Amino acid sequence: MACFVVPAAEAIIATTVSQILKSKETPEHLELMNEQGGVDTVEKIGASKKVGWLSKLLWGGSALLAFEHVWHGEITPFFPFLTAASNPTDLAEMLSEMSTVGVSIAVLITAVWGGMVLVTRAMEKDMTMTLKKAK
Amino acid sequence: MTLLITVFAAIISTVVWYQNAPGSNMKIGVLCWLYWGASLMWLVDAIYEYMELRAEYFTPALEDMLNDTFLGLSVVALGLVIWLVIVLVKDPKGVVKSTLLKKVD
Repeated sequence: MACFVVPAAEAIIATTVSQILKSKETPEHLELMNEQGGVDTVEKIGASKKVGWLSKLLWGGSALLAFEHVWHGEITPFFPFLTAASNPTDLAEMLSEMSTVGVSIAVLITAVWGGMVLVTRAMEKDMTMTLKKAK
Repeated sequence: MTLLITVFAAIISTVVWYQNAPGSNMKIGVLCWLYWGASLMWLVDAIYEYMELRAEYFTPALEDMLNDTFLGLSVVALGLVIWLVIVLVKDPKGVVKSTLLKKVD
């Protein structure tokens, strides 16, 4: 009905946070060992970029999910834009769906993103440790 | 069916991205974000639908399956259109810019 509204709202927040972080961020560098045994200095993935991944996942998914709602005639080009919002019975069902399916979608996307961030952090740590051992 | 088609689109775009990264400037990553985001969202939808329909979920009516397939293909097409617009607007290879602004000898 309108489950995509919840991840779309999260996408707006994530994009705003990413932009704020980007404006305050100073680039950090990491020293990593390359395949020849030498040392490469690379830019550390900043918090703004990591939050950016979340916003990209949310925007991408919300856009295609919104298209599905258009396909099923649940979104209209005129006010109130969501067909379910035109009568109280459908509105209650829509809000219930947003609080269950919509919130679950937002939670899953955030959990997957959290996993990505943890894996990235572990990889950065592992590569830095390898260099320290080699030194 | 929509979920399945989108998951395949996500896998294919990720393989293409991996094969060409990090040198490629075709912005295949955009497709990965679009299709993986949508796949995860439809996965949640599918779980809720399964909880409601149980085994019936796996035996949809032919008409519903056809409609879902058509929707899945349309979603893939829309994703490709979004990607194409982003590539043309950002113009990472400078092709659009050099075509529009031809140098005069």
